[in-house]
Amino acid sequence: MTATAAALSYRQTPERTTCLLAGDWRADARQPETAPPSWQAGTALDFDCSALGEWDSSLLARVLQIAGAAGAAGCQVDLAGLPGGLARLVRLAAAVPRREQPVPVHENGVLDHVGRVALAIWSRIPQTLAFVGELSRSLARLAGGKAGFQRADLLLFLEDAGPRALPIVSLISFLVGTILAYMGAAQLAMFGAQIYIANLVGVGMVREIAALMTGIILAGRTGAAYAAQLGTMQVNEEIDALRTFGLPASDFLVLPRFLALVAMAPLLTLYAGLVGIVAGMLIATTVFDVGAYAYYTQTLQALSLTHIAVGLIKGTVYGALVAVAGCLCGMRCGRSAQAVGEATTAAVVLGILLITVSASLLTILFQRLGI
Amino acid sequence: MQAIDAAIEVDALTMRYGDRLIQRDLSFTVARGDIFIIMGGSGCGKSTLLRHLIGLQEPAAGRVRFAGRDLWHSDEATRNAIQRRCGVLFQSGALWSSLTLIENIMLPMKRIGGFDDALARELAEVKLALVGLAGFAEFYPSEISGGMKKRAALARAMALDPDILFFDEPSAGLDPLSSAHLDELILELRASLGATIVVVTHELPSIFAIGNNAVFLDADSRTMIATGDPKILAESGPDTVRAFLSRGKTT
Ligand SMILES: Nc1ncnc2c1ncn2[C@@H]1O[C@H](COP(=O)(O)OP(=O)(O)O)[C@@H](O)[C@H]1O
Ligand SMILES: [Mg+2]
Repeated sequence: MTATAAALSYRQTPERTTCLLAGDWRADARQPETAPPSWQAGTALDFDCSALGEWDSSLLARVLQIAGAAGAAGCQVDLAGLPGGLARLVRLAAAVPRREQPVPVHENGVLDHVGRVALAIWSRIPQTLAFVGELSRSLARLAGGKAGFQRADLLLFLEDAGPRALPIVSLISFLVGTILAYMGAAQLAMFGAQIYIANLVGVGMVREIAALMTGIILAGRTGAAYAAQLGTMQVNEEIDALRTFGLPASDFLVLPRFLALVAMAPLLTLYAGLVGIVAGMLIATTVFDVGAYAYYTQTLQALSLTHIAVGLIKGTVYGALVAVAGCLCGMRCGRSAQAVGEATTAAVVLGILLITVSASLLTILFQRLGI
Repeated sequence: MQAIDAAIEVDALTMRYGDRLIQRDLSFTVARGDIFIIMGGSGCGKSTLLRHLIGLQEPAAGRVRFAGRDLWHSDEATRNAIQRRCGVLFQSGALWSSLTLIENIMLPMKRIGGFDDALARELAEVKLALVGLAGFAEFYPSEISGGMKKRAALARAMALDPDILFFDEPSAGLDPLSSAHLDELILELRASLGATIVVVTHELPSIFAIGNNAVFLDADSRTMIATGDPKILAESGPDTVRAFLSRGKTT
C-alpha cells in the first residue's frame, strides 16, 4: 500500500470551524504546514476525518495543538469526528491539567557557569574541612586503639593498593627509566661522560620521579576506585545506614582506605625507583657501552640515604593525598549513577592536582632545608 | 496530649532541599505501640520525612522529639542515644555490600551493643531465622534476591532490639504473598517486642491490615492534609485521602 501525503485544511462558517484531516499521518513523513485560522470565542470546532488514512502520534500532537489553541480561545471543541482511538488519546492527554510548578533553573551562560563553579568551590570548603576533621578524629581513635574498622577490610585494601598495582608500576617505571637514560645519554655522551647516566637515573628516579609516577598511578587506579566504591555506597544508602547506627563512616570506610594507601605508597615508590634504575642500567650497558659493574657502583655512590628518604616522604604524602581525594569525592557523592561517575572523575583530577601542588611545595621546602 | 505516651512528636516541621520546598508545617504524634503509616503519592516527600525522623537530614524549621527529647536541638551524644533506640529499614535495603548477611547484623551488635563475637553471632542467627533467612548467613547481599535483601535488612534493623522501627516501603517490589508475610511479621514484632513502628507505604492492603494511625502528605499543597486511623480516614477523611485509600473509586 502506498502512503498518501498528510493533508490538513479548514472549512469555516461563521459559527463553526471544521478541521479536515486527510492522508496518512506519519511522524517520519512531511507534515502539512497549514496555518490555523484565528479562533473566535463562542464558535465551535469539529473534525472531519473521512479521508484520513493511517495515523500515529504525529497526528495526536497536531490535534492536541489545534484543540488546545481553540479551547484556550474559548471555542467549543467537539472530538466526535476523530477516530475513536484518537479521541480517547486526546481526552487522556488533556485529562490531567498541566500543573504549574517552579521549574529548576538550568542557565547556561558563561558568567552563570563561572559563578556556579565559584559557589560550588566555596561551598565545598566547609565540607572538605569537616572531612579532614573527621579523618583526624578517626586517626586519633586509631591511636587510642578504639577505631572500629574491620581488619579484613584493611588487608583487602592493602592487597589491592599494593601488590595488584605492581604490574602497571613496573611497566611505567621501566619506561620512564628508559626515557631518562636516553635523554641523559644524548647530552652526557658529548663529553664522553656516559657513566653519569647512573647518577641522573638513580637520583632522578629515587628522589622525584618514582614517587610522582606512583602517585599518579595510585590516583588513577586506587583513588578512582575509592570514590566509586564510596559513591555507590552513598547511592545504596549504606552510608546512611552506618550513620543511623551511630557508626562513624570515617572509621569504617575512610580510615582503612587511607591507611592502606599510606602504607603501600612508599613501598611502591621504592620499588618504582629500583625498576627505573634497572631500566637505566639496561640501556646504558646495551646502547651506550657502560659496564654493568661500573654502572652499579656509580649508582651506589650517587645515591645517599637522604635521596631515598626524600623519595619515601614524597611517596607517602602523595599516597595520603590520593586517599583523601578519593574518599572525599566518594563521601560527598550525590545519590545517582551519574553522580558516581562525576565523583570518580573528580577524585582523579583532584588527586593529580594535589600531587602536583604538593610536589612543587615539597621540592621548594627540601631545597630551602638544603636536603 | 499525654506526653508520656508519645514516642515521636513532630511539630511544625518544614523540609527543603536547598531552596526547594518539599513539605511544610507537618505536625503529628506517634504514640507508643502505634503502627504509624506515612502515606502519599510518589515523590511527595515520604522518604524525606523519614530521613528527618531518623536524624539524617536537618529540618528547615520545626522540631522532632523522641519521648520529649529534641532530636535536632540537642548535642551529638543525645542524638546518638536517640538513634540507638531506632532501627531503620531503608527503601533499598542498604545492606553493607562488603559484609555477609550475618556480619551485617553482627556489626552493630559488636560495635554499638558491645557484645562479644560468639554472642553476637548467636543472636544474629536468631534474627535471620526470624525473617526466614536461616541458612543464608554467609551469603553476600549481591548473592540474594531483592525480597531477601529487604528481609535481611529488617533483621539488621532489629539488631539492637530497638524501641522504634522505621520502614521505608518494606513491601515495594515484593510479591503479594511475601508482602503479606512481611505485614504479619511487622504485627508480630509489635506484639512481641512492644515496638513502635513507623512505615512508609502505599500498599493499601498493608495500610489497612497493620496501620492504626497515619499521616497523609499531599504533593500539590506540599503539606499534610490528614492524620488519624486509616480506616476512619477512608470513611470520613478529605476527598484526596479517600480517593487514595480507595484507589480513586470514590464519588
Ligand atoms: N537529594 C535530593 N536533592 C534534591 N531533591 C531531592 C533529593 N532527594 C529527593 N528529592 C526530591 O524530593 C521529593 C521527595 O522525595 P522522596 O522523599 O524520595 O519522595 P517519596 O515520597 O516518593 O519517598 C522528590 O520530588 C524528589 O525529587
Ligand atoms: Mg520514597
